[in-house]
Amino acid sequence: MTEKFDSVVVGAGPAGIAAAYTMAKAGLSVLVLEKGEKPGAKNMFGGIIFSHHTEKFAPEFWKTAPIERHVVEYQYWFLSKQSHVLLSHRNQKFNGRYNAFTVHRAKFDPWFARLAEDAGATIINRTTADDVLKENGKIVGVTTERGNVLADVVVAADGVNSMLAKQAGLREEIPETAAVLAVKEVIALPKQKIEDRFNLAPEEGIAALLVGFGPGMHAGFMYTNRDTLSLGVGFGMRDLDQSKQRPNDLFEQFKAHPSIAPLIKDGELKEYSAHLIPEGGYNYVSNVSAAGMLVAGDAAMLVNAINWEGTNLAMTSGRLAAETVIEAKKKHDFSERSLHTYRQLLENSFVLQDLKKYRDVPKFFEENPHFFTEYPETLNELFYMWHVVDDETKATHIKKMKDYAFKRRSKLGALKDAYHLWRLFS
Amino acid sequence: MSTQRTLSITDKLYRNRYKVDEESHLWIKDPKMCLKCPFDFACIRVCPTDVYKWEENKITITYDACVECGACRIACYDVGWTNPKGGYGISYKYG
Repeated sequence: MTEKFDSVVVGAGPAGIAAAYTMAKAGLSVLVLEKGEKPGAKNMFGGIIFSHHTEKFAPEFWKTAPIERHVVEYQYWFLSKQSHVLLSHRNQKFNGRYNAFTVHRAKFDPWFARLAEDAGATIINRTTADDVLKENGKIVGVTTERGNVLADVVVAADGVNSMLAKQAGLREEIPETAAVLAVKEVIALPKQKIEDRFNLAPEEGIAALLVGFGPGMHAGFMYTNRDTLSLGVGFGMRDLDQSKQRPNDLFEQFKAHPSIAPLIKDGELKEYSAHLIPEGGYNYVSNVSAAGMLVAGDAAMLVNAINWEGTNLAMTSGRLAAETVIEAKKKHDFSERSLHTYRQLLENSFVLQDLKKYRDVPKFFEENPHFFTEYPETLNELFYMWHVVDDETKATHIKKMKDYAFKRRSKLGALKDAYHLWRLFS
Repeated sequence: MSTQRTLSITDKLYRNRYKVDEESHLWIKDPKMCLKCPFDFACIRVCPTDVYKWEENKITITYDACVECGACRIACYDVGWTNPKGGYGISYKYG
């Protein structure tokens, strides 16, 4: 087949579908190529999707979309070897106005893709785009095993490993310091057990981040679905490499932690998955436009690791890419200069504003891993010392706590950390 | 299967759904480089699904276990990595 479309979108994830939907709505001819047997077949995340951004495509989508639970509580776990400190925020406002939903991507993505199809886009599954087609320095389409597809603009939404962005020269390989390897298990438990263990009403769910486990900058995540838990660990690739430990071994240690094990007890493993997350932030965002091509979502490394956000950045970048193509189509100008508007739209939106705000955060934590290792341990020990009862006076206890804390981290060091954190986020 | 006992990767992968191609989408670009690997066999170590093994002085690749995460490729530039042919490879039921 050699057919010509206004746009060919590579990848039927949130970024690609948002782009395809928006362009099809505006009357453009759109072809979406998906390498998996269906949308979502290759996709894995924590994780949650966000109501605000999903509603831009389908108001009150939770009435029809295959969602799992809406999040009513956000938990931050600080683990030590045999203890944890838990900071948690539950709010009934999340029952009145849904903020985020846990989903399984292999179920949610096909539903989302249907929106684009209903808007007039064509989706072809089981088709890998192998390379970009160039003509006079411009990208004019993609090659696939079934033939070439021509388009005025290629939207590369082919995920974190984007072959197209690299072939177009817009991106380098992700360095180890900017990549997180997420390994996850989907663990089945009866609905009632999940609700009992997490103190949830039907439909309600939690989202949790767990730090302080294992060597280096690793963070666990846990999400409640209808009758499964999504439990995983994000490994900083550089720390994982240097630790000389295997991801599955570290993951099994995490699952065996005395604070985690009871939560997954008697659960049945349903799926074991792994995926890279581009967490380098603003400094690693790829070039997003070339003559005849735009890059969106993970392919452009648009992930806000601080606020656990990704799918919303994907949907928004896909929509902004589409708006750029729609304008370019009006002028019939698909040059680099014309399509560069996309970068401006991203810079003006929360997508790059947020990443820019946090631009120094990834490097800071990389250079200060004690936030993930020593601090959680210190915090646990201090809580223990505060609560343990014996014959010593409270004055002695408090002195011991101070001595312990400042032995772990000097007063100056702690003061510096507080100052740097303040600077990073203000 | 209870998750209380430690599961091996083989136990885990048994739960996944794959459509296996006859050809590998992974390869070693220069097998000679592996003989004096400068990365302490990072491909073997970082892979979450045990795709890589060192057998008889070369890296062997069990590509049918691959979940296409890309970790090996980031850890070592000698790893050749491409997408499986359309419809092949891992096919998540949950994701």
